[in-house]
Amino acid sequence: MSAQRSTEIPTIREPERAERDLRLQPADSVVSPTWARIRGTSRSVLTHLVLLAIAAVSLLPLIYMVSTSLKERGTEFAYPIEWIPDPIVWSNYATAIDTVETVTFLTNTMIITMMTLIGGLLSSALAAYGFARTRFPGRDFLFMLCLSGMMLPYMVTMIPQFVLFRELGWINTVWPLVVPAFFGGTPFYIFLLRQFFKGLPTDLEDAAKLDGAGFFRIWWTIAMPMAKPALATVAILSILFHWNDFLAPLIYLQTQDNWTLALGIRLFRDAYQINFNLMMAYAVIMTIPVFTVFFAFQKYFVQGIAISGMGGR
Amino acid sequence: MSPLRRKEAINGFLSVLPWFIGFLVFTAGPMVYSAYLVFTRWELITPPEWIGFDNFRFLARDQMFRTTLWNTFIYTVVSVPLQLLVALGVALLLNLNIRGTNVYRAIIFLPSQTPIVATAMLWFFIFSPTQGLANAALGVFGIPPQGWLWDVDLVKPALIVVAVWAFGTAMIIFLAGLQDIPQSLYEAAELDGAGIWSKLRNITLPLLTPTIFFNLVIGLIGAFQVFTPVYLMTGGGPGNSSMMMGLLIYRHGFEEFNMGYASLLAWVLFLIVITLTTIQFRLARRWVYYQGD
Repeated sequence: MSAQRSTEIPTIREPERAERDLRLQPADSVVSPTWARIRGTSRSVLTHLVLLAIAAVSLLPLIYMVSTSLKERGTEFAYPIEWIPDPIVWSNYATAIDTVETVTFLTNTMIITMMTLIGGLLSSALAAYGFARTRFPGRDFLFMLCLSGMMLPYMVTMIPQFVLFRELGWINTVWPLVVPAFFGGTPFYIFLLRQFFKGLPTDLEDAAKLDGAGFFRIWWTIAMPMAKPALATVAILSILFHWNDFLAPLIYLQTQDNWTLALGIRLFRDAYQINFNLMMAYAVIMTIPVFTVFFAFQKYFVQGIAISGMGGR
Repeated sequence: MSPLRRKEAINGFLSVLPWFIGFLVFTAGPMVYSAYLVFTRWELITPPEWIGFDNFRFLARDQMFRTTLWNTFIYTVVSVPLQLLVALGVALLLNLNIRGTNVYRAIIFLPSQTPIVATAMLWFFIFSPTQGLANAALGVFGIPPQGWLWDVDLVKPALIVVAVWAFGTAMIIFLAGLQDIPQSLYEAAELDGAGIWSKLRNITLPLLTPTIFFNLVIGLIGAFQVFTPVYLMTGGGPGNSSMMMGLLIYRHGFEEFNMGYASLLAWVLFLIVITLTTIQFRLARRWVYYQGD
């Protein structure tokens, strides 16, 4: 039986497959290829129309922001809406920068962003490497603890943390914002990097071990360079978070000389008479660096967010 | 334990030690302390005063808390599903890989990447009660201008619009989930004569349920804590109609310095978030399908 079948298969199978292919084609493409093409085209035209509409809704508010930032004072509510202002008032940007202490805010934001970046990358990568490559009693429990931290709302620890930093005399300094980053950063970074380290082949590390290199040296000179793509993703997530963060700076940074860019926007809102042109110019100034990073590193950007989605599986 | 294993264990523990110290000092310790603060009255100037369950009794009678909880609930259960629905729909369209997909994706992604304070102030401007973009858009359809953020009935919908506008993050996660679905399944279904809708219903959506579930969990946790747009755009007004849990905790903690009561509110928020998440994980067994299970 089996011998018979092995010889018969080629002859039996061919016509059968041809018949099946014919039978199982989507009906319209068999009956009329042209009709299928028309249907396909109209479908993709419809898709384009829907996507265009959504892209417009996404983009129009942003264009409105830029266009308002370039309008003459007092014309921001002119109707019908002037999408391309005439005249274009570039000086709004200089005025916005001068109206509040933008340079100070920018400096403070950069300091916080850079320090949290360094601290967060180093400490989370180290912990991630430990979780990925070593065995020690309680490791899995600690890792679970770390993961559970991902679910913890900041609102819950916010008040007692404030009390702690107040005891330390750190209110109105950058330390409450920066120091925690050096102690593990965000649990999610540890999780993301651990997954990455786990996926790396161990050959190079094993060879270095045979050559007598120590654990931390191997981490720094071999594992870290290999983890560059994942580190870039974490770096972008970290930079964006601290650039945009509002609540923590609001709580800790009390005098204006310590404010970040995000805090500074309140000055435009709280002005006696709101000047929307300048407020929008300031908003554009805050947004441009983020969009630049986005377009320059779109791959890591998308990857970071996509991996955060995979994290839930 | 062999000397080699012991060394490995020491190295491993040392490497996670900075995180562990941070966890104890900045997370676990504060949470324990916060559980104590719940039973105190403390205005920061004098030491905390033990008042037993007074904060709980106040919470039970606090009309503001009830309003806030309701507002937060409405905001969450409307904005999250709406955002996910739009994100899923657009992700499915982008996944058709028509020409220009990359451009569409980049543009549609931008709102979610706009700094939240810029987004808040932009929409604060768009919702201007006089002649902002929102009222201009209504004018096209002959609808009279609305008060938006100054209207008790429209302020929550307005905040929900802002949340839905930034659906790009959820969309990217959906796209990643879609890319994970093996192409071979579609090919097999096509051989069986399955059309677009049948493939969507029988392959795409079932295999996407883990991603939908993830977005739902993350979305609910995030929405329940909403703070920045509310703080900047409405301050909880008009007449507390947009007061949310995050803002209420902030007000009690950092404007009125009721540290005890603010801690209790934070715990309530935490318990609600945990309960919602647990319920979702329970329900997930019924509708989430994991590949390879």
